Amino acid sequence: MSVYPEHRPAGQGEPFVFTAEMKAKADAHIAKYPAGRQQSAVMPLLDLAQRQNGGWLSKEALAHVADILGMPVMRVYEVASFYTMYNLQPVGKNLVQVCTTTPCWLRGSGDVVAACEKHLGIAVGETTADGKFTLREVECLGACVNAPVVQVADDYYEDVAVSHVPGLLDALGRGETPKAGSLIGRQTSAPEGGALTLKDIPAKQGA
Amino acid sequence: MPKVTVDGTELEIAAGSTVLQACEVAGVEIPRFCYHERLSIAGNCRMCLVEVEKSPKPVASCAMPINEGMVIKTDTPMVHKARKGVMEMLLINHPLDCPICDQGGECDLQDQALGYGFDKSRYSENKRAVKDKNFGPLIETHMTRCIHCTRCVRFSTEVAGVPDIGAIGRGEHMEITTYLDAAVGSEMSGNVIDLCPVGALVSKPYAFTARPWELKKTESIDVMDAVGSNIRIDARGPEVMRVLPRLNEDVNEEWISDKTRFAYDGLKRQRLDRPYLRENGKLREATWDEVFLAVSAKLKATAGDKIAAIAGDLADAESMYALKELFVSLGSKNLDCRQDGAKLDATSRASYIFNSGIAGIEQADVVLLIGTNPRLEAPIVNARLRKRYLMGGFKIASIGPALDLSFPLESLGAGPQTLSDLAAGKHGFAEALKAAKNPMIIVGQGALARADGSAVLAAARKLAEASGVVKDGWNGFNVLHTAASRVGGLDLGFVPSLNKDGQGGRDVAGILEGAQSGAVEVVYLLGADEIDNTKLGKAFVIYQGHHGDAGAHRADVILPGAAYTEKDGTYVNTEGRVQRAKRAAFPLGEAREDWKIVRALSQVIGKTLPFDSIQQLRAKMAAAHPTFATLDALLPATWGSFGQEGSMDGAAFRTPISNFYMTDPISRASVTMAKCAEVQSSRSKDTGTHG
Repeated sequence: MSVYPEHRPAGQGEPFVFTAEMKAKADAHIAKYPAGRQQSAVMPLLDLAQRQNGGWLSKEALAHVADILGMPVMRVYEVASFYTMYNLQPVGKNLVQVCTTTPCWLRGSGDVVAACEKHLGIAVGETTADGKFTLREVECLGACVNAPVVQVADDYYEDVAVSHVPGLLDALGRGETPKAGSLIGRQTSAPEGGALTLKDIPAKQGA
Repeated sequence: MPKVTVDGTELEIAAGSTVLQACEVAGVEIPRFCYHERLSIAGNCRMCLVEVEKSPKPVASCAMPINEGMVIKTDTPMVHKARKGVMEMLLINHPLDCPICDQGGECDLQDQALGYGFDKSRYSENKRAVKDKNFGPLIETHMTRCIHCTRCVRFSTEVAGVPDIGAIGRGEHMEITTYLDAAVGSEMSGNVIDLCPVGALVSKPYAFTARPWELKKTESIDVMDAVGSNIRIDARGPEVMRVLPRLNEDVNEEWISDKTRFAYDGLKRQRLDRPYLRENGKLREATWDEVFLAVSAKLKATAGDKIAAIAGDLADAESMYALKELFVSLGSKNLDCRQDGAKLDATSRASYIFNSGIAGIEQADVVLLIGTNPRLEAPIVNARLRKRYLMGGFKIASIGPALDLSFPLESLGAGPQTLSDLAAGKHGFAEALKAAKNPMIIVGQGALARADGSAVLAAARKLAEASGVVKDGWNGFNVLHTAASRVGGLDLGFVPSLNKDGQGGRDVAGILEGAQSGAVEVVYLLGADEIDNTKLGKAFVIYQGHHGDAGAHRADVILPGAAYTEKDGTYVNTEGRVQRAKRAAFPLGEAREDWKIVRALSQVIGKTLPFDSIQQLRAKMAAAHPTFATLDALLPATWGSFGQEGSMDGAAFRTPISNFYMTDPISRASVTMAKCAEVQSSRSKDTGTHG
């Protein structure tokens, strides 16, 4: 029997209300839509709520968003359970998402997952006892050029090798935010080690 | 109108129709699961695929609007192959448990698999299994069987207006559920059982009790409220197994309320199946001869003005007519069918019926509710109001308690003061009512069942006249009743009659007062259980009915009658529509049909009533009260002056029904309804984080 606990919002035991700052952002999103269509703002509002609530949406948070948008909480719940990036269960402070879709996998993401599991002492889908890390396998993050990719919060760590894993996780564990992007010093998605072509373009063309 | 061709037949069809509708007009049946003509179009089951010329792929006919010159083919190899493919996909995860499924025998999937299914599965992997959900005490779920047509989601959102059901997750992991497994909070949630094309949502009380082909189906009329919903009673032998809705566009469309559908288990409990006689303060079992002799001795020994009769909420017109004739022959004028003391005026039919008809709600553009909560008093009427609301351009306001009707409405005030203000034009809503094309006023029993009810009725009439609610071709003055027998009783004149000198008989309040003072010595209760029995004083009480409810407990003699499923009876619904209920099972034990009891009693008394069969009775009844001659139709009532103008006191209108699930002897005896009431009360207490 397939049971999906990740589809069931947990309670957080206390009321959820947007902070003044978040409320202002929420209002800005709502203002994008014509009157009577404020329900269109449900996804950004859920995102704001998730950010405020430590990375997950409690049933109190769902109720608060439903309340603001004047929509039935069931409809909000449908949206929140449809998208995998909304978490309905508490997650660790750092949600480590390792991409294991084909390009990343071909470039060794399987080893990266194993290294994360070994370093954190948890299996995929679990949270460490100190609540600092949740490890998750995810589908394509859309940065295949620099595979393998690991996402933590809003940052992508690219070109991740097994050797990078301990340093990266330790820094995150200390509460630091390691520099995002390629871990091997690649400039965006330019070739590894610098440009390989178009090196001989004359300074001035035509003439 | 665009012309289309369906399987070689050319036809014209209204613009905006779908391909599926065009096929139906052409008489071609299209298989479907998700499409339902009363719900929005989802287009997610893909079973209705047809071939359309110049379209490279098969087309989902339910969601495809027609175009001029479309050539539709429904019987080509491509269509068959496409539908077979869809069916195979649907069956990948559908369990093969038809032999233990309650839907077996009346299952859309089963039927259509016969036409489009393969003989064996090519799928060797494990089937998906889904945990069952809690939908409350009425709906049993077998979610593994669900094919995700989302009819239940659309019904609860659109028709019921209680968006408690939804689809969570997606793809393979999609599940239909209520929010956090709470019971569905609608008074008509049972309809999702009929809508479910598979056995995912089935009736909990009916679960594993019967197969559809072994049930005797009787088309009848519901008496749980005054709507007169058309129902089908499925019985096996003497036992009513379930109640289903029957299509009647003018009354209930194809919905029924949960009370109508599920109160039937009350028919098996606390029944009166033999006569009883009170001796030395205790009821003892007796024979018909004994009780008839006791009753006749009492009635003969008592003067006509000292006997009285009260008809209950479930009484059929035949028994009320017979009882009235008997009491008239005994010289009594103390008759009343208005147990709640509503100040309804039996002399003017327009004053006590739902003049516009329930279907007329769809023509109204501004509605004023006075002292009524249609969601509790008549969920089917409320569904119609919601349907009108969804059409747009609709304004509705209420005078009375705060309401949650599943659509927004304006609350104007709590009591008669607001009504006076409105009549005086001191309220903004008065303008809206006047300006409306088809304004409507719905007066509930909460406004009439009070001491100043007659004045309220007169005030409502004056407001109606002043606001153009009654005009040529439109009568939007409506009274919403709560009792199935009420309009029939009023049509029959089962009310205190007047002497030549204007001295009236006693109404319910007068009867109770007389019973306490000794002026009334014998009270005949025809299934009347909603009166205050403590006020019956020392009167000799004869109770004729089918349940050991309040009336039977106080009775000195009990005459066991038949419940609505056990007799042929005529009921007049709140619109004044005369409808015939039919017997689905025989009365229990020694119980008899009610009109026969009155007829037999009249013979013992020596005032034999002049009819020997129900046909003769009905002929006499129709001759004396012509409205009974026309069945299943609305007769326009003549407008007149009614109600007694006077001062209204300031007390707020109250809702006559506080507990929707328990309003009459049958639903009070029902365990299912008790469970619903429990869930309801726990929900209203729930103030925390439930949503």
